Amino acid sequence: MKLTLQVWRQERPESKGRLISYGVNDVSPDMSFLEMLDVLNIELVKKNEVPIAFDHDCREGICGSCGMMINGRAHGPGRGIATCQLHMRHFKDGDTIVIEPWRARAFPVLKDLMVDRTAMDRVMMAGGYVSTKTGGMVDGNTLLIPKPIADEAFDAAACIGCGACVASCPNSSLMLFVAAKVSQLALLPQGQHERKERVESMLAVMDENQFGSCTNTYACEAECPKEISVTHIARLNREFIRAKITA
Amino acid sequence: MKKVISFYHSSVGKKILMSLAGLFLCSFLVIHLSGNLALFKNDNGESFNHYSEFMAHNPVIRSTEILLVAGFLLHMFLGGTLWLKNRAARPEKYSAYKLSDNTPFESRNTMLSGSIVLFFLIVHLKQFFLPSRFFGETNMYALVLQAFASPLYDLLYLAALVMLAYHLKHAFQSAFQTLGLRKGKYIVLFDAVAVVFWLLIPIGFASMPIYFFLSTLK
Repeated sequence: MKLTLQVWRQERPESKGRLISYGVNDVSPDMSFLEMLDVLNIELVKKNEVPIAFDHDCREGICGSCGMMINGRAHGPGRGIATCQLHMRHFKDGDTIVIEPWRARAFPVLKDLMVDRTAMDRVMMAGGYVSTKTGGMVDGNTLLIPKPIADEAFDAAACIGCGACVASCPNSSLMLFVAAKVSQLALLPQGQHERKERVESMLAVMDENQFGSCTNTYACEAECPKEISVTHIARLNREFIRAKITA
Repeated sequence: MKKVISFYHSSVGKKILMSLAGLFLCSFLVIHLSGNLALFKNDNGESFNHYSEFMAHNPVIRSTEILLVAGFLLHMFLGGTLWLKNRAARPEKYSAYKLSDNTPFESRNTMLSGSIVLFFLIVHLKQFFLPSRFFGETNMYALVLQAFASPLYDLLYLAALVMLAYHLKHAFQSAFQTLGLRKGKYIVLFDAVAVVFWLLIPIGFASMPIYFFLSTLK
């Protein structure tokens, strides 16, 4: 396949970026999207040009490092996959692909397709954890959790923190991410102690970091590589109300 | 008090207030529509005029009116505030953005549909509410007949109702999501109620200009 890529190039956070066109030849349909970018980068290095910077690590959809806007879709076409799991067979010979970084005030561009996602870490630091001494390993089945609840918590825990929810949302809202984290711990016994403080403080830090607010378009659910459901957002709203109206 | 302030400062708190105000406005739509059904009574407008008279002067209605105005203002103010915050959350736009692949039209355009409904509301208040409430107009039935005889007005009325339907299609289910009530088996229930609501209410209102316009043709 021959493709034309329009890639966002931006040297530094403060410099002005623009879309630059590149031609890539000999793209195999079996390549992943990131491998296709690797091929382009090798060509760029050979020509003594600066390769395109993009985040990546595990390349098997579990680390949440990679992520880019591909033809206007977070992680490109297809459901339930991260950019590294997107294969070139989803594209046709002669296609033009527009590749942009996640765009949000809370995610400033560092270089090319790399954005600073530490705003999500700051939200996590506000309560996305359990602060109890866990001690040594306990016997299995000492802490009984009904299967449906364990499943629901696990579905929320599948969040890899890639930021596709923010990138795809028309309001750059972080609600699905916060909902997944709050939901996971609100469902489990270990999360009960800090249940109210957690939701209040994570949402406060979310607002401080200039993410937008949710308007229930559910674009996040459609683009989430882990297909996290917006019912977790409803739970987040419930947790917030619960924290505010009870003493 | 600190809790109340932090509730309001939170974007989720604002959304909850906005959804409560929105649901309150929905209850107004139901009452307004059921009252207006008196137009269909074949008594030359006697019951409709009686109903208009009641609505314009009954003390209970008059005091609820203040709540209603407050509900509208709160809903619009919060909607506007959140809309501005949300626009500011993405200063640099995407050059390719396929939001339409994942979201329905009405969810992306509540500000547009809401603004058109507001424009219609102003026209509507000037035409019916002001004469009845402040200028002592007693024959509201004649006023309605006169308005619906104009095809231009009927078109504006119907266009506004289409926008209202779009607004409700998103907003009604959205309010339950914001209030945290869309869960488990209730999701099906709320979504079904939402469909009935956003379809039936605008159709009910639309039946009036259509009926009266057609009857002028005879």
